[in-house]
Amino acid sequence: MKLTGAEIFIECLKREGVKTLFALPGGVVLKIFDTLHQQKDIEVILTRHEQGAGHMAEGYAKATGKAGVCLVTSGPGMTNVITALADAYMDSVPVVCFSGQVPTSLIGNDAFQEADNIGLSRPCTKYNFLVKDVNDLAATIKEAFYIATTGRPGPVLVDIPKDVSMAKADFTYPNSVSIRGYNPTVEGNKWQIKQAAEAIMKAKKPILYVGGGVVFSGASQELLELAEMTQIPVDMTLMGLGAFPGEHPLSMGMLGMHGTYQANMAMHYSDLVIAIGARFDDRVTGKVSEFCPHAKVIHVDIDPTSIRKNIHVDIPIVGDCRTVLRELNQILRATVNGEQKDLRKPWWDQIREWQQAHPLTYHQEKDGPVKPQQVVKRLYELTKDRDPIVATDVGQHQMWAAQYFKLAKPNRWLTSGGLGTMGFGFPAAMGAQAAFRDRLVLCIAGDGSIQMNMQEMATAVLSKLPVKIIILNNGFHGMVRQWQDLFYEGRYASSNLGTTPDFVKLAEAYGAVGLRVKKVGDLDAVLKEALATDKPVIVDVPTYPYENCYPMIPAGGCNHEMILEDPPELKMKQSGGAKVTPEDKDTVLTA
Amino acid sequence: MEHIISVTVENKFGVLSRVAGLFSGRGFNIESLSVAPTLDPSMSQMTIVTSGDERIIEQIVKQLNKLIDVIKVVDLNETEFVSRETAIIKVHTKDVDRAEALRIVDIFRANVIDSTPTTYTIEVSGDPKKIEAIINLLQPLGIKELVRTGRVAVAREPVRPAAVQAKKVARE
Repeated sequence: MKLTGAEIFIECLKREGVKTLFALPGGVVLKIFDTLHQQKDIEVILTRHEQGAGHMAEGYAKATGKAGVCLVTSGPGMTNVITALADAYMDSVPVVCFSGQVPTSLIGNDAFQEADNIGLSRPCTKYNFLVKDVNDLAATIKEAFYIATTGRPGPVLVDIPKDVSMAKADFTYPNSVSIRGYNPTVEGNKWQIKQAAEAIMKAKKPILYVGGGVVFSGASQELLELAEMTQIPVDMTLMGLGAFPGEHPLSMGMLGMHGTYQANMAMHYSDLVIAIGARFDDRVTGKVSEFCPHAKVIHVDIDPTSIRKNIHVDIPIVGDCRTVLRELNQILRATVNGEQKDLRKPWWDQIREWQQAHPLTYHQEKDGPVKPQQVVKRLYELTKDRDPIVATDVGQHQMWAAQYFKLAKPNRWLTSGGLGTMGFGFPAAMGAQAAFRDRLVLCIAGDGSIQMNMQEMATAVLSKLPVKIIILNNGFHGMVRQWQDLFYEGRYASSNLGTTPDFVKLAEAYGAVGLRVKKVGDLDAVLKEALATDKPVIVDVPTYPYENCYPMIPAGGCNHEMILEDPPELKMKQSGGAKVTPEDKDTVLTA
Repeated sequence: MEHIISVTVENKFGVLSRVAGLFSGRGFNIESLSVAPTLDPSMSQMTIVTSGDERIIEQIVKQLNKLIDVIKVVDLNETEFVSRETAIIKVHTKDVDRAEALRIVDIFRANVIDSTPTTYTIEVSGDPKKIEAIINLLQPLGIKELVRTGRVAVAREPVRPAAVQAKKVARE
């Protein structure tokens, strides 16, 4: 029996195990929507903007480890989803995006709502396809899912012209895929792994530097074994949070521009950096010429281009993190003995000294304005037993969430790292909630970034996605304001938002629940009320507007030269507002 | 340093833009690029002349390999190779210059492939230095148009000493 292109599309999705499709209709995809409307296996979540659909697919993918799928129309539908594709490309998120295209006969004619979808998406997808013949559709979709989810994952676009979705063909779904130019290396080179094991045995000051690759390859268990067996401290990148338990004694927390003091110091002074599924991003390395000056570098990554892109690597291992770590652990299990512990005692003494010297610190006065760190800390303490999924936008709140929300497990952390996309958090949280209806999904946002995809609240209400949004509302693009205070002599060029909507009323206008924390004493009660609500909630938390995020390595700075608190002139300037004095010891809280 | 990179790709639409986009997007140089189908019509062969330090060339090779439509990448600088470029040069030839033009063609073992009373169209192949040299000599006559193919290159087969080869044949 022959099926239409639209029916083939749905059959393929079912065979790929897709349960949820984030989508927004338009002229050239009407046939597909019409066919979707007549089936029950795949839930269609109607978003209000294609960017939202893209980020929801990302959130779904990050939380489940499977491909997230979205469907958009041609022209503006496609251009709107580009940001999400670029985001997924930077952060290696498996997303399969289907776009509508004008009929093949009109391609290139500047037809209504035509855009060069392949050209537009080429630099921000792992691969893209234009399907010109309905007979190729099934095989193309199979390849799209295969490419998106294997090797270093990433977004793949499939562009389907209108006539292809209407035309009929016999349906056969291929069992396997073979692409001669695409064969990701999974097994690491055995000799190199042996070299790595030897280097680990000998190192006096080793550090594990782990990133999103550990999360995507599902190597957390192997990482835990490696770290515990060898007693090596673990630094996590922003994308790697959750790969290793945040509360574990071996965890140094996040490293990089706003990483913890001990994480950055340990990196800088180490004699062996063991990088696993991380890519030496500029927010981690700081000044490349002075990065880890004493260290040998082992780099495990499935993407050969990541290796030696920014940093010289002594022992490169191309392969899947999990596969490589298993092999590495097997060698180490046979060789590790008590000697390493003695060998590294001075290193651990040094690390504990760093930890005690400069823990993450902020000052919450009992009757003072709410400090954003306090909100994240309480939110963490109130929810950690429920194993929540946490999404963030981009900015100060994101860094505070990364510092204070100590995730215990992988696939709980949805954040935009590489592209730094404001407006990512809320739709990503919704994507995760759509995958796990019963789980607690939090979105920590700023008052600036939440407004970039606020329209999706309609989707959350309609599709019953009870995400809890906590807005750290400081009236500023806070990170921009922080840089202006530190590097632009306090001139707040376009960082003061001026007016912000009443988020409580805004939530109510959408049919969601709006709550506000009026003073720090109410924080717990309001958060608890929000957590007990089964609808989408916005918790508006007006916070101290001039709080800065520390530690901070200035852009291009060296990793051991962190700014740890506001410089004196800044404190003077801000003392007109709320009083912030480090001497105020009895109100000092440390995390 | 200049490198010649030989890239075997799928012969499909859009592949050239993927390769060109990779170079422009990452700020790599392309000095020349030539592309044509191979013996197997499902594949095309690209020869890319680029430049950069060791680290950049390593990235170029890795990034090319990462492209899904790229089947094979060889940095020819890692082996012995031969390369050629063809130029087609249209020169003005006044009466007195026509003999001179032919002399130059002769010296460079070039060919006249088209002729009018006032022009010669000359085809010349060789390494880039040879092409530059003939251009320099023809320039005083007046070059009307010049097109160059960019370089194509191929790795040289390793040559075994004749004695060894003879032995091998004997054994077989």
